[in-house]
Parts: sequence; C-alpha cells; structure tokens
Amino acid sequence: MPTMIKVNGKPREVDVPDEKPLLWVLREDLGYLGPKFGCGAGLCGACTVHLDGQAVRSCITPINAVGSGQVTTIEGVSANPVGKRVSEAWTEIDVPQCGYCQAGQIMSAVALLESNPSPTDEDIDSAMAGNLCRCGTYHRIRDAIRKAASQKTAGGADVR
Amino acid sequence: MSVDTRALAADRRLVIKAMLATGGALAFDIEIAMAQASQPAAARSAGIAASRISAYVAIAADNTVTITAKNPEIGQGVKAMLPMLIAEELDVAWDAVKVEQAVADQSRFGEQFAGGSMSTPMNWMPMRQAGATARAMIVAAAARQWSVPATEITTAKGEIFHARTNRRAPYASLAATAAKEAVPAEASLKLKDPATFSIIGRPVPGPDTPAIVAGKPLFGVDTVLPGLVHAALLTAPVRGATLKSHDPKQALAMAGVRKVVVLRQLGHDDAPVDALAVVADSWWTASEARKALVAEWDNAGRDKHSDATFAAAASAAFAAKPATSVRKEGDVDAALAKAAKTVSAQYSYPFLSHATLEPQNCTAQFKDGKIELWAPSQMPNEGKELVAKAMGLPVGAVTVNLTRIGGGFGRRLQSDFMILAAAIAREVPGLPVKLILEREEDFKLDFFRPAGFQKLEAGLDAQGRLTAFRTHLVGFGAKGEPGRGSELPNDLVPANLVPDAELGLTLLESNIPLGWLRAPGSNALAFATQGFLDEVAAAAGKPLPEFMLETLGESRLVQPPKLPGVPDIWQPPAFHTGRAAGVIREVMARSGWRGAAPKGRGFGFYFSHLGYFAVVADCVKSGDTVKVAKMWVAADIGSTVINPMNAEQQIRGSMIEGIGQVISGLKVPIAAGQVQVANFDAYTLPRIDVVPPIEITMVRTDFPPTGLGEPALPPAVAAVANAISSLTGRRVRSLPYEA
Ligand code: FES
Ligand code: FES
Repeated sequence: MPTMIKVNGKPREVDVPDEKPLLWVLREDLGYLGPKFGCGAGLCGACTVHLDGQAVRSCITPINAVGSGQVTTIEGVSANPVGKRVSEAWTEIDVPQCGYCQAGQIMSAVALLESNPSPTDEDIDSAMAGNLCRCGTYHRIRDAIRKAASQKTAGGADVR
Repeated sequence: MSVDTRALAADRRLVIKAMLATGGALAFDIEIAMAQASQPAAARSAGIAASRISAYVAIAADNTVTITAKNPEIGQGVKAMLPMLIAEELDVAWDAVKVEQAVADQSRFGEQFAGGSMSTPMNWMPMRQAGATARAMIVAAAARQWSVPATEITTAKGEIFHARTNRRAPYASLAATAAKEAVPAEASLKLKDPATFSIIGRPVPGPDTPAIVAGKPLFGVDTVLPGLVHAALLTAPVRGATLKSHDPKQALAMAGVRKVVVLRQLGHDDAPVDALAVVADSWWTASEARKALVAEWDNAGRDKHSDATFAAAASAAFAAKPATSVRKEGDVDAALAKAAKTVSAQYSYPFLSHATLEPQNCTAQFKDGKIELWAPSQMPNEGKELVAKAMGLPVGAVTVNLTRIGGGFGRRLQSDFMILAAAIAREVPGLPVKLILEREEDFKLDFFRPAGFQKLEAGLDAQGRLTAFRTHLVGFGAKGEPGRGSELPNDLVPANLVPDAELGLTLLESNIPLGWLRAPGSNALAFATQGFLDEVAAAAGKPLPEFMLETLGESRLVQPPKLPGVPDIWQPPAFHTGRAAGVIREVMARSGWRGAAPKGRGFGFYFSHLGYFAVVADCVKSGDTVKVAKMWVAADIGSTVINPMNAEQQIRGSMIEGIGQVISGLKVPIAAGQVQVANFDAYTLPRIDVVPPIEITMVRTDFPPTGLGEPALPPAVAAVANAISSLTGRRVRSLPYEA
C-alpha cells in the first residue's frame, strides 16, 4: 500500500513492503544515495539519517516505523543552520579520506550539536563512537565538530 | 590537431602532444610509458604489472586549467597529488585548476591502478617534466609573438610577463601559437628550484571533498543506470567449498525476485568460488531472498583447517629446519654458542580482513556480446582481463568505468567481484545488474592478511651488542610459493646488519586465500622483529631505540642480497642506515626519550615502501584493558612532502590502524575452514574513543620523495605492542593483545 513519508521537508510517496529498511527506500525508491550501506546491522553508522532530529541507523529502521516523522538525509542537512555549519567545517578541515563513512559522520555530528551545542571531548567521543571510519579520520572529525561548535558559541547566537 | 610528438627519456618515455582543442583551449596529452623493466621493486611486490601513466591538461579560453587525474582514488589522495605536480611546473594558480576523474577511456589512459605506495616515486619527476614542457612551449610562443628572447620571459599564476617592455598575457591568449611550438628536449627543461614551489608542499584539500560532504553519488554502490536490477550473493560457509545442490523455490516465490543464478568456480584462479546470486528489482529484496535460499556444499576436506591445526603445524615446523632458506650468512649456531647472552622467543599474529567500509560491489551490463562494468577497483585493468578470460570474450569487449572507492587497503587489488558481477550480468542480458556483497559475504570472500608464527633467536656479546640473528617464519602458501603477504624478505632488519644471520621460511597450506593488506608482509614482520628486539635490548640493558642506533652503526647503504634471476631494477631497494638513524633520533627527541623509558612507553622502527618511520607510543591502563595515550611519529620520505594536508591523514590513519591491530582485538579466527567474523560486532575496528593525540615530524633528506599510504603502519603496530609490554610487564608475543 502506498505510504507518504517526509524527506528533507518534501512529502514523498512510496509503495514498498512495511519492513523494508528506510536506508533502501531512500537509496532505491527515492534516489537519495548519500546514506550508505556499510553493515546492515546498526554497527557502523554509515547509513545514519535523522528522524525528527534524532540520529537513527536507517539500515535497521523499517519504513513503517517512520510514520509521519521528518526524515533528514545528508542531501538535506545543510538546510538547517547547524547542518550548514557542520558541513562547512567538514569541508574546510578536509575531513574525508575515502569519504564513504562521512555522510553518516556528519549526520551524527549534527544531531550531537543540535542537542548539545558545546560538547566536551568526551561528549564528542561518546556521540560519535557508533560511526566507524575505516580510514581513521577521527582527529579531523573531532576538529570539525569543535570548529562548528565554537562558531555557534562564539557570539552566543547563530554566527558564522 | 597534433603537431609534435617526442620521447623525452629512454626507458621512462614521456610523450607530450600539444593541440588546439575545441573552444580555443590549449590541450596537452601527457603519457609516460614505463618500460616493464623500469618499474620499481615495490610495484612488483604489490602485484602491479606494466604501466602507462597519463594525464590530460587543458587551458581554456578563460585561462582555467583542467587536469584529468586518471588513477583510482581510494582515500590515498592521489587525485590531488598528481595534478599538483603538473600545476606547479606549469606555473598556474592552484585555485584556477579543476581536477577531473578520468573517464573510462582505456585507449587514452591505459593502466589505472592504486597500490604499492607507488604513485609518488613513479610520478614525481615525469609529471613535473610534463608541466615544465607545457610551460616552455607557452613561453616559446610568447617570445615569438613579442619578438623577445625566451630567457627574458617569466611566468606566474598562469600569466606570461616580459618586464623590459612591461607586457603581460594570460596563457590562454597564446593557445593557437603554443600548440604549434616544438616540444622541447628533456635536457633543455628547467625545473623549478624547490625553494620557489607555490603548490607542492602546501596543504591542498581533496578535490572531491565538497561532493562527499554534500552526499553526492560518487562510489561504486551509488551506480544507477536505466533498467538497473540488483544482486545479492550467497557463498559457502567454508571458503572454496563447491555447490552440491540447491533449492531456489522459496526465493523465487518472493515478489520482485527475477532469477537465481548459479555461479561455478569463478573469481581468482587461486581462490575460485561457487555461489548463488539472487537477482531482484531491489537489493533489499535480493538480500531477503538470499536468506531463503537452500544450499548444500561440498567441503571436500577444506573444513580440516583451523587456528588450532595451524598452531600445531607451526610448533611441528619449529622443531625442524625451515623448508627454505631465504638468507644464510656466517654461522649462527657458532655465534650463539659463544654469545655472552642469548634470547629466543616465539611470536604469532592472526589473519586480518581488509574490511573496507564500502563492501565489495560492481555493476555490470552484458549487451551484444560486450560487457561494461562500473567497478571500485584498485586494478581495473587486471580486472578487465580477468573478466574477459572468465567470460571467454576478447579484452576489447570489456569496458571498465572507474568509480570512487570507499576504502581499498589492498582488498581491491583483487578483482574477483568484477568477475562475479559480469557472470551474473550474462544471465540477465541487456540489463545492468548491481552486485553488492552483504557484510557477511564481504568478510567470507576477503583475501586475508596471512597469519604467521615466528621463532626468533639472537646473540649478544659482552658489551650487549647484537652479534647474531635468526628467525624462522611459518607462514602460508602453496607449492613452495609464499602467498600474498607471507613472504620473508632477505633484507629483513636486523638480519642485514649482523655477520651471522639466518632467515628461514616454512609454508602451511589452507583454504584461506591471502591478500595484500596495507604494507603487506611488513605489517606483521615489524611486530615480530621489533617486539623481539625490544626483548633483546632489555637483555642488553638498553632501550630499544638506542639499541637500534647501535645496531645500525655508521651511516651507509646496505644492499640486500641479489634475488637470482631478477632484473636489477626489480631488486629490493637498498637500506640507508643513516636515514633510519635520523628518524629514530628525531622521534626520541620529540617524545623526550632519554635513557630508560617510563613504564608504558614503546618504540618501533621500520623501513618499507621506500619510507623510514619511527614511532613512540605511550600506553595507560583503562579499566581492565589498555589505551594509547599519545603517539609520536618521525618520518623520512625524502626531500618533499607534496601535500602535507593529505600526508597527515595517511600517517594518522596508519597509527589508528596500528592501534586497531594491537588493542582493538582485530582478528579473523578460522574454525573448520570457516571465517569466524561476519560483521563489525566481531571485527572490532578502532572507533573514535581509542584515538590518541598524534605528533608527526617529517625529517627532510636529500632523496626523491616517496609514498605514504603504507610505510607508517608497520612501526605503529610494533610501538603499541611494545608499549603494552612495558606497561603490563607481560610481553605481547601474540596479536591481538588480550588483557
Ligand atoms: S549500514 Fe547501518 S549501521 Fe552500518
Ligand atoms: S573516510 Fe574512509 S571510512 Fe571514513
């Protein structure tokens, strides 16, 4: 039965089995190729998207659990101010190596800063520990999160 | 229109064609043919065959410069590095340079590979010469047009200047005449003084970074084509087992499933597999249907292999002489007999997986007797040939498109996934089919870093100096030939530094296929030899870095024994003791290492892929396990670090991989012929919370620059293991460390 989901602010109709994971609905049915398949089991974070602002592993989120929630993917995340800051910090610091994990990393980082605008180093490590980077870009991930956070806190408001 | 072609060097032939392209652009076609015999030994050890390097540079009417980068990008930074070399000598502003990934044009680009940390040593001079040649032609055109001597002309940021007459012009304005200039001879080229470099040595971000951050489709798994269908693969639990019988009924009954394809004996010659592939309208459907497949496999004795049988075979081998001698000098038995002290120990390490985050995948389309592939391959050309062979097609009927690659580490030097995808595509003619391996299959179908066992012995004289060294490596291979990464080099440090030395090798057979993993061979040999030397140094009452300096002796080139029947150019490189000592001293100074090290501090040195690296690691207790608190790296990769922004990433990545191999518990256990890891819960790659601050120092020496993707890893493994030994007081002789 066709259902409606909201992706990056747009309503989209899909007609897929209830248990099809959000990751594959996004990638195959809706053409959002940013979220990546890494493990299919919630272990690597490559597929991370936001559901109502929370970071979720889309590979283990069946489409029928999405309901009327707002889905945000890497393609849409820089439409919000925190997402934009994080993406810019990511580019300036040149975080990626192979780049495969990076969409998931950015989505986890944005979710962290949305709920905790000035994270400590421990906060960063614990929020990001679900996202594997096989290439080992972890130092720059930390740097980019700190940079995006400092831009938020510098003037107390949303400065860039 | 091609106006001139000229070879610039004999065995590394640089051919440049200049032409006026559409829209008035000045275009240079650059090709460097590497004669088979002139390839560096490290290329051979990474399994790289003949090579042709090419690039394409176009200066458009608006003076922007497009440089086509042709090698696969696996996160090693080659997509920025090669164009930087050209742009520097062409003397254009980096901001005006656009880097494009090469299109799949094999007739133009020839071999396209990523491996062996070879891009830098192979391209350093030729790519600079190419840029300088193009610049010289533009200068000659300006001299002609302005009727001034070429020697009075200067260039900067894509512009020509003549100071005396106060004239300037953008390169692009000279396109029509520059294309007609003769290509200058190599001898007449003047390369820049490195002191004046404005691009080389500056931090340059990855050209794809903005696209990656925006989530743009770049990778193999992102390939989308009209009419695309999807495939999931089921292989035997026991690697190499053949398909006895199967029942696809349940899978075929599922909505969206199109076909179940039986694949027999496909993949690499040394590790063919039988498999079932489900083809469906969606990959998720294919993956669900895969679970419904019923299959029976014939193990044919392959299930007799396990970690326990390997360990028992190694013990038996240690009781006898090695099957082959790799090096034998002097008389080790006599030297040990008269030594003031002797030390002996056994070391072992497990099979490892590459575990690239992007699983192996490939898209293939079979149409009108031709196959086209979209492949994240480190060796697309070899893959093309293997596909042609497996399909019984001429090589010309196979086209390979390159995609960005979500991690290589050597896994994608094997092109088995291309063959599997092609074979599936043949069963659905006309339709493009995208094969993505489940994570479990990706582990099962890896080509593993070989496990190994070593028995090491050393002798010390009364002053605590190393006099004799022997190791017996029990590795893996077949028919007397070591498998990939299971070789024992004849110039292993410290066997090349003492008069009495023996290196011996015994090979075990198994059903587990082997592959090159980042710094193949070296990543394990460094652990065993530097770990053992840490013990020997302790017996001598010296810290390892000081013991190493003493063992290295005076600064000199140590030539490895010649490999019989191998051309000179393919012989292993000489080892420079002075460069080794240089990085050891540097890392000692940086880490403040004086005298006996504090508890928890470890050291490792290694030379591989032409790079000299020394690492110090500090470990601390963390709950009931241990943690690396800090690392220092000193590296000598020659005169120049081409892109420091990327160099830092490569070195940090290696340090983190080293931590992973020692502390994070990385291992691929084998039981009854089966790989015992299926996903990242069992294969525990290092995560952000284990990553320490890492201080890197580049030691500059007057040697041509070499690569960075691999040589930092081996000493990292050793340093972390030695740090834990120091911290716990219990010698880490087996990886991974278990508390
Ligand atoms: S693919 Fe979803 S967590 Fe790995
Ligand atoms: S950049 Fe390669 S996995 Fe993170």
